[in-house]
Amino acid sequence: MSKTITQPDFKTRLQNILPKLVLSPSLALILVFVYGFIAFTIYLSFTDSRMLPTFGWVGLDNYVTLFKLRHWSTAINNLAVFATLYILICTIIGLALAIFLDQKIRFEGVLRPIYLYPMALSFIVTGTAWKWFLDPGIGLENTMHLWGWESFTFDWIKNREYAIYTVVIAAVWQTSGFVMAMFLAGLRGIDNEILKAAQMDGAGNFNLYRRIIIPQLRPAFLSAFVILSHLAIKSYDLIIALTGGGPGRATEVPATFMYSYTFTRNQMGIGASSAVIMLMTIAAIMIPYLYAELREKK
Amino acid sequence: MSFLKIENVTKSYGSTEVLHQVDITVEEGEFLVLVGPSGCGKSTLLNMIAGLEDITSGEFSIKGASMNGVHPSQRNIAMVFQSYALYPNMTVAQNITFGLEMHDVPKPEREAALKKVSEMLQIEQLLKRKPGQLSGGQRQRVAMGRALVRNPDVFLFDEPLSNLDAKLRVDMRTEIKKLHQKLGTTIVYVTHDQIEAMTLSTRIAVMNNGYVQQLGTPKEIYDTPANLFVASFMGSPSMNLIPVQVVVEEGNLFVETENDLGADIRIRFANPSANLSSYAGRNVILGVRPEAITDPEGADRNSNNIEIIKNVIGVTEPAGSDTYVTSAIGGVECIARMRADADVRTGQEFEFAINMDKVVSFDPESEKRIV
Amino acid sequence: MAAIPTDTAIRTSNATRFFLYLLLLVFALFYLLPFAIMVLNSLKPLSEIQGGNMMDLPDVWTLEPWFSAWSTAQIGVQPTGLKPYFWNSIKMVVPAVVISTVLGALNGYVLTKWRFRGDTILFGLMLFACFIPFQIVLIPMARLLGLAGLAGSTPGLVLVHVVYGLGFTTLYFRNYYQVFPTELVRAAQIDGAGFFRIFWRIMLPSSGPIIVVSVIWQFTNIWNDFLFGASFADLDSQPMTVALNNLVSTSTGVKEYNVHFAGAIIAALPTLLVYIVAGRYFVRGLMAGSVKG
Repeated sequence: MSKTITQPDFKTRLQNILPKLVLSPSLALILVFVYGFIAFTIYLSFTDSRMLPTFGWVGLDNYVTLFKLRHWSTAINNLAVFATLYILICTIIGLALAIFLDQKIRFEGVLRPIYLYPMALSFIVTGTAWKWFLDPGIGLENTMHLWGWESFTFDWIKNREYAIYTVVIAAVWQTSGFVMAMFLAGLRGIDNEILKAAQMDGAGNFNLYRRIIIPQLRPAFLSAFVILSHLAIKSYDLIIALTGGGPGRATEVPATFMYSYTFTRNQMGIGASSAVIMLMTIAAIMIPYLYAELREKK
Repeated sequence: MSFLKIENVTKSYGSTEVLHQVDITVEEGEFLVLVGPSGCGKSTLLNMIAGLEDITSGEFSIKGASMNGVHPSQRNIAMVFQSYALYPNMTVAQNITFGLEMHDVPKPEREAALKKVSEMLQIEQLLKRKPGQLSGGQRQRVAMGRALVRNPDVFLFDEPLSNLDAKLRVDMRTEIKKLHQKLGTTIVYVTHDQIEAMTLSTRIAVMNNGYVQQLGTPKEIYDTPANLFVASFMGSPSMNLIPVQVVVEEGNLFVETENDLGADIRIRFANPSANLSSYAGRNVILGVRPEAITDPEGADRNSNNIEIIKNVIGVTEPAGSDTYVTSAIGGVECIARMRADADVRTGQEFEFAINMDKVVSFDPESEKRIV
Repeated sequence: MAAIPTDTAIRTSNATRFFLYLLLLVFALFYLLPFAIMVLNSLKPLSEIQGGNMMDLPDVWTLEPWFSAWSTAQIGVQPTGLKPYFWNSIKMVVPAVVISTVLGALNGYVLTKWRFRGDTILFGLMLFACFIPFQIVLIPMARLLGLAGLAGSTPGLVLVHVVYGLGFTTLYFRNYYQVFPTELVRAAQIDGAGFFRIFWRIMLPSSGPIIVVSVIWQFTNIWNDFLFGASFADLDSQPMTVALNNLVSTSTGVKEYNVHFAGAIIAALPTLLVYIVAGRYFVRGLMAGSVKG
C-alpha cells in the first residue's frame, strides 16, 4: 500500500513562514544598520576619505598615520588610565556598598535608590553638575576657601595632568550604584545554609567573605567588568559635558577623537580607522563573553 | 551527669513565643530524633543547640558546661544541613578540612584526619572534585565527612535525607545508623518523616506547635502515645481513633459504639485501669493501630485478649505483603491490616479481630492518653 | 534550593554596625551632594552665584532661573529656552520607545516560541548589536540619512534610536518569554489559534512587567542620549540633551550657572521621575541588560 504524502495546506505553510517573516524586518534593520554600517566604516578606513566618503584605496595608511598621531596616543593613554581606574574603583565601591547593605541595614530601602539614581541621569547632566563642583573658581575649592581653608587646592579639572581623574570621579559617581546592585543580587543568591555551615566551622566574618562569599561572586565580577569596560570605551557624552576634551587635549579619548577627526577636522579616513579600533577592542571583550553566555543558555 | 541537657528552654521572636519550655536530656551515645510536622519548632530547636540561634530563656549545656551564648564553632558540635551546604568553590577535600583550617589545625594533622574520614565514608576518589560535580548521595557523604572530621561531641542532622529520592533515602538511612553504631557519637537528628524517626533513634521527641508532645523510646512512642497528636502522627498508616462510650456492667468494662451495619457493638476490656474505669458512662477515644485489627486467622497468637466484631468491608487495598481493608467503626473509617491472602471483598460482612492488648484510650477533651 | 534570603546569616557587632551606618551615610551624601547643589543653586539669583559659596542656602529664593531655562535662555542663536527642545525629545522618544518595544516583543516571541535552526545565531547577532560603540556607525548613518532626506529630522532620529534599541528590547523579551511555558502556546495552537492570535491573547497579557522594563530602559536611554542627537539633528530637531549642552557650553557672555542648573534639572526630571515611580523595574532592566539572565 503506498503512503499518501499530503502537502501542508496554505494556512499551515503561512504559519510556518510567519515567524520568520515577523523577525525579518528587525533582522534586516540590524544587518544593514549594524553589520552593513560596520563593514562600510571598515572599508572607509582603508580609503582616502576626507570631508566626505571617497573610495580611493590607501590600504593601511590611515592606521599607520593614526598610531603616529600624538592626539591618538594621548587618547589611548587617557582611555587606559580612565578605564582602569574607573573599573577598579567602581568594583571596589560597588562591592563594599553591597556587602554593607547586605548586613540587615534598616534603611536599605532608602539607601539603595539613592546609590542608584545617578544611573537615571544623562551624562550631560552629570557632567554639568560635576563641572561646577570641580571648578576651582566656584566649586569645592572656592567653598573651602570661603570656609576658611585658604590653602586648599582642587583644580584638577583645569590641570592637564589631572583632568582625566576628574572624569573618573564623575563616571564612578554615575555607575557605581549599578555595580552595587549587581553584587547585591549576587550576594543575595548565596545559600544561607552555606554561611551557617562556615560559621559552625569556625570562620569569622573576614574569612567568611574572603574564602566563601567573594569566590562565589565570580559571575558578578565578570559581568561588572564586561559592562564597565564597555561603558568606558564608549564614553563620549560625559567627557564632552565635563571637560569638552580639555584642557587642550588632556581628556581626549578615542570616542572624542573619532568625532573630532571625522566631523570637525575632516579626516574621515582616520576617524573611521579610530572607530574600527574602538570596535575591535570592545569585540575582544564582548564576543568571548557573549559566546560563553549563549552556549550555557541554550 | 547527662551529656546534653536542654532545661526549660523557650524561644521567642519579639513577642511571639515559638518554643515552649523544652526539657530534654540526652545521654552520651544516644540517637535523639526530633520529629514533627513543618513549623513545629524542631529546626529552631536544632539551630539553638548548634548556636545559630539564641536561647530566649532556659539553660543549655553539653557535658555539664553551659553553652548559652557560646559561638557555634566553640561548642565542639558538627552539623549536616538539609541542603548539605557544601562550599561550591572548594574541592571536596577543602570542604572537609575547612573547619580544621579555621581552628588552626596544622596541615599534617588535617591531611591525616581527611584520609581517615574519606576512607570511612568511601569518598577517597572524590577528593579533587567540586560539589557541583557530585551526585546527591555523594554530596550527602561529603557533608557527613565534613562533620565527622571535627570529632565533635554531638552531631546535628537537619533533615539530611529530604532531598534524596526514595530508594537512596533508605540506603543512606542504613548508612547513618551503621555510622552511629560504629562511632557511638551522640546524635540529634531532625526529620518530618516518622519512619526515619522510628528506625534510627534510641529516643524520639515528638514536637508540635513548639511543644514537646512526648519524649520516649520508639516503642514507648508507638505503643503508648501520650496524646492524640502523637498517636496519629507516628505510625503509617496512622492509628485509628474511634469515639466510643465506656460502659461498666457487672464489673466488666466495655466500650460501646456502632458498626457499619447499624448495630451496636460492644468490645470488652479485659484489664481496664482504674483511670479508665472512672470514665464510666462517658465518651473516650479509642486508639487502635491497623495491625491490631486483623482477620481472625491473622490475629496475634500471643495475645489473650482478642475481641471479635462484625462489620462491613469498605475498600480493599492488596499491598502484596498484606492487604489493607477499610471499615467504618463508630462512624470513623478505620484501616485494618489483614494477611495477604485473606478472603475479603468490598461490601462483604466480615469478622474483625481486635487485639485489646494493643488498644489505648484517650480523653476527648484533654486529648491525653488515659493511663 | 532555599528561596533567596533577604536576611543574611552574617552577624555583626554593634560597633561594626555603627561604623557601617556611618560609611553608608557618607556615601549617600556623596551621591546626593552634586544634585542637591544643582537644585540649590538653581534657585539663587545670579548675584549670589558669582563670588558666592555654592554650598550656601539662597538668601533670595527665586524661580527666575527656571523660567529663563525653560523659555528665554539662549540656546545657540535662539533665545527660546529649552521648551522647544523638550518637545523635540518627546516627539523623538515616544515613537522610538513604542516601535522598538513592539518589535522587541515580537522578536522575543519568535525566538523563544517558534524555534528554528540557527535562531540562536540570529539572536547572537542581534545581541552583539547592543554593545557596539556607536562611533562605528556614525559615518554611514549620516550618509544614509542624508540620502534618504531624513538628515536633521525627528523621524531620522526615531529611526536611529529604534534600530539601536532593538537589540536590548529583543534581549529583554526573549529572556522573559524563555521562561514562559511553551505548553500554553502549543495548547493554543491545538485549539486553532494562529501566530498573531497567540501573541495577542496569550503572550502579551502576561508581559506586563517586561513591557514596563523595556519601556523604562528605552525611555531612559533615548532621552539621555547625546551622541546621536549631536550627530544627526539640526538646530530645529535637536533633542533636550544637545540643547542643554549648548546652553551650558556657551563661552560668550556671562555664565548664568543658575540657569544652567535649572536647565539640567529640567532635562533630568523625566527620567528621574520614571526612576522614582518605577525604580524596581529600572533595576530589573539594568540587571537583565547585563545578560546574566
